[in-house]
Amino acid sequence: MDNKNIYIPYLMRIEKITLEAPGVKTFRLKFENEQEAEAFSFKAGQFGEYSIVGVGESTFCIASSPTRKGYIECTFRQAGKVTSALSLAEEGDVIGFRGPYGNTFPIDEWKGKSLLFIAGGIALPPMRCVIWNALDLRENFKDITIVYGAKSVDDLVYKHELEEWGKRPDIRLVTTVDPGGETPEWKGEVGFVPSVLEKAAPSSQNTIAIVCGPPIMIKFTFPVLEKLGFTEENIYTTLENRMKCGFGKCGRCNVGEVYVCKDGPVFSYDQLKLLPAEY
Amino acid sequence: MQTENYLIRKSSLEKLFTNLIGNGKTIYAPKAKGDLALFAKVDAFEEITEDYIVTANSAKSLVFPRAEKLFSYKKSKENTEINDAASDTFPDVVLWGTRPCDAAAFIPLNNNFNEDTPDIIFSKRSQKVLVMSFSCSRCNEYCFCTSVNGGPGNTTGSDILLTKLSEGDYLAEVMTEKGQLLVKENSDLFEGAPEEGKERNLAQVTTRFNQEEIQAKLQNLFENPLWDEQSRACLGCGACTYVCPVCSCFDIQDEAHGNKGTRLRCWDSCGFGLFTLHTSGHNPRDKQGGRWRQRILHKFLYLPNKSKIAGCVGCGRCGKSCPADINILDTLTALQGEPHHG
Amino acid sequence: MMDLIKRATELLESDAVKVVIGYGKGSSTDRTRAIFVTQVADCENLVFNSQCIHNLAVYLTKAEIKKLGKPAIVAPVPVLRSILQLAAENQLTENDLVILGVTPESQLIEFESFAGIETFLDTHRIKIDQKYQETIEKIRSMPVAERFAWWVKELEPCFKCYACRSACPLCYCTRCTVENNQPQWISVASHPLGNLEWHVMRAMHLAGRCTDCEACYNACPMGIPIHLLTKSMLQDVNENFGTYGPTLKKDNTLSSFKPDDKESFIR
Repeated sequence: MDNKNIYIPYLMRIEKITLEAPGVKTFRLKFENEQEAEAFSFKAGQFGEYSIVGVGESTFCIASSPTRKGYIECTFRQAGKVTSALSLAEEGDVIGFRGPYGNTFPIDEWKGKSLLFIAGGIALPPMRCVIWNALDLRENFKDITIVYGAKSVDDLVYKHELEEWGKRPDIRLVTTVDPGGETPEWKGEVGFVPSVLEKAAPSSQNTIAIVCGPPIMIKFTFPVLEKLGFTEENIYTTLENRMKCGFGKCGRCNVGEVYVCKDGPVFSYDQLKLLPAEY
Repeated sequence: MQTENYLIRKSSLEKLFTNLIGNGKTIYAPKAKGDLALFAKVDAFEEITEDYIVTANSAKSLVFPRAEKLFSYKKSKENTEINDAASDTFPDVVLWGTRPCDAAAFIPLNNNFNEDTPDIIFSKRSQKVLVMSFSCSRCNEYCFCTSVNGGPGNTTGSDILLTKLSEGDYLAEVMTEKGQLLVKENSDLFEGAPEEGKERNLAQVTTRFNQEEIQAKLQNLFENPLWDEQSRACLGCGACTYVCPVCSCFDIQDEAHGNKGTRLRCWDSCGFGLFTLHTSGHNPRDKQGGRWRQRILHKFLYLPNKSKIAGCVGCGRCGKSCPADINILDTLTALQGEPHHG
Repeated sequence: MMDLIKRATELLESDAVKVVIGYGKGSSTDRTRAIFVTQVADCENLVFNSQCIHNLAVYLTKAEIKKLGKPAIVAPVPVLRSILQLAAENQLTENDLVILGVTPESQLIEFESFAGIETFLDTHRIKIDQKYQETIEKIRSMPVAERFAWWVKELEPCFKCYACRSACPLCYCTRCTVENNQPQWISVASHPLGNLEWHVMRAMHLAGRCTDCEACYNACPMGIPIHLLTKSMLQDVNENFGTYGPTLKKDNTLSSFKPDDKESFIR
């Protein structure tokens, strides 16, 4: 599409807003333009630049699965200027979206394998797309295990989906909150994600691990995965960095020689180890 | 296209200038300002100065403006209307008096904006720009074009390159169709190629370092104290980035006036502390040393690894304009293994 | 400047300071640059001459420099003025630095206290050069529309590199006003409005604080005479609030309110 101005966003109408946790919302977005909706496609792992036109753009992953047509979803926490403006938007409002950008989880290569998803806090959204992608094609995969934790019960996102996943016999779901974050009714684990993961000890046999979370969680999760027998090419993560253009021109998001927006955001652990500590 | 050579008399330059203005072109050329020469819009031939080695600012703002409109918009409760700036008309510009280093810089600039997802605003704007460079008959201690595959008479990136010959008239080398069109439109001013070659009229620019060797050395220097040491005096402004003819990092900013406004692509610098700051407060480059490292590695490792061309043309502007007198040559010659001092 | 090198050597050898912030040879014969001497052997790199125009006080508030340890700083008169103003603004503590003052006659004076600097500077008052006074007068006498157009044209080459801010010792805010985006007080982009907003805002933030060191003008890569704004501001302060020091008295013009101020809205 060489004639298109790559900076122009799609116009998206907010169909549904879900308050996931304090300060965290999910938007379900539909394309204003039918033809654009028809022509649009993306793969799990990709992200976009979402904007309130007149305020600015912010980078979030596309949190819905590409197997679900007709809409896309994003989940974000109110933190700065743009997310604060987005937080004020109502159902029916129009926002901007540019995308899809970035590389994807190589989900086709994972056919026939087991999948282990590990996420912490607000890092579940980037994984939600690939979780639903896998669940919508459930027959392609062997065991599916999800280990997810947050600071407190309130901070868990996608609470309804967690409930749904917990009830399914074809998923092993382990949820946890940090010590002190539990409520009297809490039935899940209490402990940090890396230690809960070690306790749950999912098999590394023919399994791909996908990890996403705050840097501190990642730091302590990788050794546990290695202990469980995972090899570096079988561990995937998705990186985040300050972004503006989303397509590798503005020069902002590079980690060494790679651009998180173009060569990422999905990286395998063996690729990650080659990158300098600049993220 | 095969380069064509012509002779243009010194006395014909003013006529050429007048013709170009008459043909609706806007001309940007070096204008004197105190001790400096700045690249600026000129309306009269007399405004152009020849007394410069390089201008203080580069000519990149003519293809990559400081603030470029991406689109304008109008919002109501029900609707957002977007007006694509790519459908605007871009002005016919002649860059008169760029140096070979300035012209060579258009290559990495074009690469950045045209590769993968092409930026059509950039390409539409640059298609309307004609680059008429003048060779260098002198250089100063800041110049190092010959260390980065450039030279005082290099034609890369220029449509036309003029070299002053011993009698005062100019050899005109025409490299592109755009340049040929200008010659055709002013054919009475361009005569047959002169006998005299250009080499003897070019400055002698000492080679300071070997670019390929530096590239090889930089592969393993990420964790090295030299970055902190070399940038200790750095004040963290954007002067080096903004005078550089190659640097193209940008920001995207919305400017709203009531329910109307624009989204702009504007200059930014990896030297600023906030460049990589996450909203969470985490900053992968929170020290100036990390930012200086990014500048050097991007220009002399990442870009040449990808495209064989360094992100530097050796114009020396960064060293000359740095308010703290941080000179990129110090870092590069230190990497080579030879200390450099002015 | 043998005295300087000798004293710097003594201070480092005795571990009285961890770093000497001074001037060293620059990248061309007509420039010097700031150097940070931590090794005794490098003291011989210290120079002092008419090319030492950088205001070294700018480094005293930088986190990375502070980490080097207690500094000694080579301080010609403009630097001394900045040190005094920084002290008045609680940015410096008296015993945390050694001040190697250099008089206009190139004599080394080591100041034991900020009060000592204040006394010295009493005999080296800020004086706006005649040529600047004339230019300021000329601009001030223009009708407002003409003056506005004059400044828009002068500021046209500005691309908001913030070299002026970065070189100014009094611009030490960890988060400058332009770096706030909630709300975005000052436009990020460089255009006529954005340029004007920035320079006018900076001049206002310097009212009653600027010591006329001209670091901003020297730093500007495009040679824009932005120091005319600060000098004009200085004149306004002198005319309206009494001749400006600097002084250790905490008397910032824009943030001090006195009962006898002629504006009554504050009462």
